[in-house]
Formats: sequence, C-alpha cells, structure tokens
Amino acid sequence: MSNHINLEKRRQAIYGWLMLSPAALMLSIFAFYPSGATFFSSLFSKHTRRRPSEFIGIENYNDLFADPTFWLVVKNNLFYAAITIPVSVIIALSMALWANSKIPARGFVRTAYFTPTVLPMIAAANLWLFFYTPGLGVLDQIGSLFGLPSVNWLGQPETALWAIIFVTIWKEAGFFMIFYLAALQTIPEDYKEAADIEGTSRWTYTRRIVLPLLMPTTLFILVNAMINSVKLIDHLFILTKGGPSDASKLILYYIWEMAFAFFDAPHAAAMTILILLVLCIVAAIQFIYLDRRTHYQ
Amino acid sequence: MSKLSHYVETAGAILLAIIWISPLLFAFWAAFHSTSDAVNFNVTSAWTLDNFRIAWDGAPWLKYFLNTFLLVTIVLIGQFFFTTLAGFAFAKLEFPGKNFVFILVLMQLFILPEVLIVENYAMVSRLGLFDSLFGVGMPYMASAFGIFLMRQSFKSVPIELHEAARIEGCGLLGILWRVYVPLAKPTYLAYALVSVSTHWNNFLWPLIVTNSPDTRPLTVGLSIFGAPENGVDISIISAATMMSVAPLLIAFLVFQRQFVQAFLRSGIK
Repeated sequence: MSNHINLEKRRQAIYGWLMLSPAALMLSIFAFYPSGATFFSSLFSKHTRRRPSEFIGIENYNDLFADPTFWLVVKNNLFYAAITIPVSVIIALSMALWANSKIPARGFVRTAYFTPTVLPMIAAANLWLFFYTPGLGVLDQIGSLFGLPSVNWLGQPETALWAIIFVTIWKEAGFFMIFYLAALQTIPEDYKEAADIEGTSRWTYTRRIVLPLLMPTTLFILVNAMINSVKLIDHLFILTKGGPSDASKLILYYIWEMAFAFFDAPHAAAMTILILLVLCIVAAIQFIYLDRRTHYQ
Repeated sequence: MSKLSHYVETAGAILLAIIWISPLLFAFWAAFHSTSDAVNFNVTSAWTLDNFRIAWDGAPWLKYFLNTFLLVTIVLIGQFFFTTLAGFAFAKLEFPGKNFVFILVLMQLFILPEVLIVENYAMVSRLGLFDSLFGVGMPYMASAFGIFLMRQSFKSVPIELHEAARIEGCGLLGILWRVYVPLAKPTYLAYALVSVSTHWNNFLWPLIVTNSPDTRPLTVGLSIFGAPENGVDISIISAATMMSVAPLLIAFLVFQRQFVQAFLRSGIK
C-alpha cells in the first residue's frame, strides 16, 4: 500500500513539473532572465564604436540621480499616481453603486461607463485630441460660450499633465467599476432587508455595510491602479510626447525614449530596475494585506 | 426626502454617463462631417463618408486589421495552452517545489512585460522574432494572471468528478481535457474577453517590436497615421479612429450582457 502511495506521489511530481515547464520556460525567457539581464546591463557603460562597454558599478544610477529630468519625471509620475489612483477608484465606486441601483436608463449608464475600457489608449488619445486642441477643440468652444479665453491644454506645462491624467481616469474608471459591480452582487439581499427593518438610512447602510464588504475589492483595484500609473502611457505618444519641456513625461515613456530614441540602454536599464523595485514594494504590500484578509475571513 | 435624493442621484448617474460617452460621440460626429462643419458644430450640415474614404486610402488598414486579428488569436491560443497546464498543476497536483514556483509566478504579476521593454526587445531579436507577430505575442503567453485565474477555477472543481473519471480509466491529461476544461468554460470566456481587448489595444510593445506595415497592428498603424507630422486633420483622424475601434466596440455593444456577465461570473475580483 505505501508503495502505491509512493508511486502516486512520484507520478504527480513528474506530471506536475512536466505541465509546469512550458509556462516556466516562457516566464524565464520573458520575465526572469530579462529582469536579471536588465540589472546586469545597468552596471555597465554604454557600448559605443570607440569604447566597448565596461563595468562601472552604480555609476549609471548616480548619473540618473544627478539628472534633473529624471527627478522631474519621477515627480510627474508620483503626481500622476497621486491623482489618478484615488480619483478613479472613487469614480469607479460611485459608478458601480449607481449602475447597481434601481435607476432609469441603467443599461445606458452601464454601457456609457464601461465603453472607454474597450477602446485602445491610442484611440482614446485621438478622441481627446479633439477636446484639447486650442481654438477648435470642444473644451475651448465650451469655454468661449462663457467668454473664457482659449487655452492650449496640451501645450503649456501647467495643464499638460492634467490633460494626461484626465484621459487616464476616463479610461480606467469603467474597468474598475466592473470589479465593484461584481462584488456588489455577491452581497446578500438579507443585509439590505435587515438594515431596512432597523430603519437604517441608505447612507449608513452604504458606509457601514457595503464599503467594508467591498474592502478586498478596493485593495485589488488599488493595486491595479498603482500598476496602471506605471503602465498607462500610450496616450503620451499622441497627446504630448512628454512635453512641453518634459512637464508631462512619465517614467515608462522616459525609459522608452532613453532606449529607443537616445539609444542609451544602460541608463534605461537602471531606470527599469528602479521601477521594478517600486513594483516589488507594491507587491509586498499586497501580499501582506492579502494575508490579513485571509485572517479576517 | 428620499425621493428627492433618488432624483438627484439618477441625474448625477446620467450626467456622468453623458460626460463619459461624449468623447466617443463627438468623434463619431466629426468622422461623418467635413472638418470645418465638425469644428464649428454645424448641426444642420450634411453627413459625408469622405473622411472614411480619405483615411482608408491613407494607410494599409486591411493589413493592420489582419495583423491585429492574428496577433490576438496567437496570444489567446498560447495563453490557453500555457495557463491551462500550469494552472492545473498548481491547483490539483502535489509536487516538491510547487509553492516556491508559485511565488515566482505571483511575482511575475508585478514584473510587467511593459517595463522590461529593453531586455525583451533584445531577447526577441536574439530569437530572430523581431518584426514578427510571434515576437509581439510571445512575452504575454505565459501570463501569471491567467495561471492564477485557471488555478482558482480548477480548484473549485469537486474532487469527486476527478475520482470518478479516474475510476473510469481516464489518464491525467484526459481528466484535464474532459472534466476540468469544460467546467472552466466561463473562466475561459472571461479570460478570452480580457485578453482580446488587452491585446487588441496594446501599443508600446508592438511599437517597439514591429517595423513594417506587414506586422504592424492597428494601434501602431493608427498612431503613425494620426501623427501630427503627417498633418492629417481632425475629421480624418476621427474617421480612422472610429474605423479601428469599430470591430471591438460593436462586438462589445452586441455582446454586452455576456461581456459583463463573463466578468461577474468568473469571480475576477
């Protein structure tokens, strides 16, 4: 009998590894090896025709820290995250509460909220170009109805990043709404009935019962929003190209520019490592919270 | 009182919906009008298809559509293959090193392919896949998100079904194929929707890896077409944009219920 169990164990181990190996291989090629290689190449100088690349330790990082553009880009990205994350989560929550309540035209409302999600960021940027263009754009035309002067939303440092932020919120809020909507539908009707019998107001019910039950979803969405604040940069290519004078440049765009416009792979690699570090911290936070969540239940 | 707040909320919800949909409506309107009519909001002006004609002649759109279609298909097939096998191994098999590997996979959730563009570009070139649809699709195939999703889905399958199939003499792969995969259909559907819309819309990585109209997907083609250097005016850009979002948008509007239901049912939350 124990022999049989041993055999079964061995069989499972062989099958397990065999089934895992294709995915493991792919992940190694396109995630783990490149991460290591990025770290490695961030320690070497740029390879030029005259000088081969050589080991220079953390010099690339020192260069970055001495580069005012880098700090501006970091500041922009932090600002981008600080606005897009909370605002899109709050809008998503309101959308979900509305789309889940008994209001007329609920189908239209749901569709309208979710539609931006199915559009490519590039297409979204093209749509918003029509809003932002000075003089001709929709925003300026609405402004001129109220006698406001024309504003070059994308062309001035004070507003360019805000214009980018707005498109991001518009794009991701509807996506996050879906997750809230899913979570809202798992809340049993009884709670609402019990709250009604107790004469609880809708606001108290939402704040004391619905929001706490949505906490795990909120955490999940927060993590996704954080990742998006690194990842969602496609619209920069259409709307501002990071300008004017780097006012709307974000880190991933800067990495792309460094590597594929300035052909400076080592500095791009150093920046990539810094982003990966930040993402690791986000991951760690999530795992800690996930742990706590399981204790909760 | 509660009646009043109901009206206020309804108004708020609908107002937000109108704001949210308006960029699309404006672009739709502009796409069917001449530029001067579009920017002057000439409500009575004539509708025209000229913008579409000019836009269509301005770039190899058919090729772009085909590339995008092939790309999302390749990625989806790859993802189904890799994530089914790995998800099953994580969900139902016991083997040494499983937990360690699972943590590695979870880590990949945070090592975004987008961030590793420099080294992935080098890797794809080394594999001879530069400027090919495989090159665009490969880094996304063994998706950690997909593995995680499949694992969750397979885990919820009752062990009795597994045992029953085994007693009937079904091998492990047979059990996976005949018991687990059919039961996970809703998860596959939801995953397919997420994957297709993600890769239909992906831009940065295809921009880097493709270098010719023969491989370029729609998003990259659209960005090149609409680049300010090309001096294309707003109505024509709108027409091109509407054209390239139309398939996904129409599919979404038609299958909206299934789309949202798929999300809700698969328990991605």
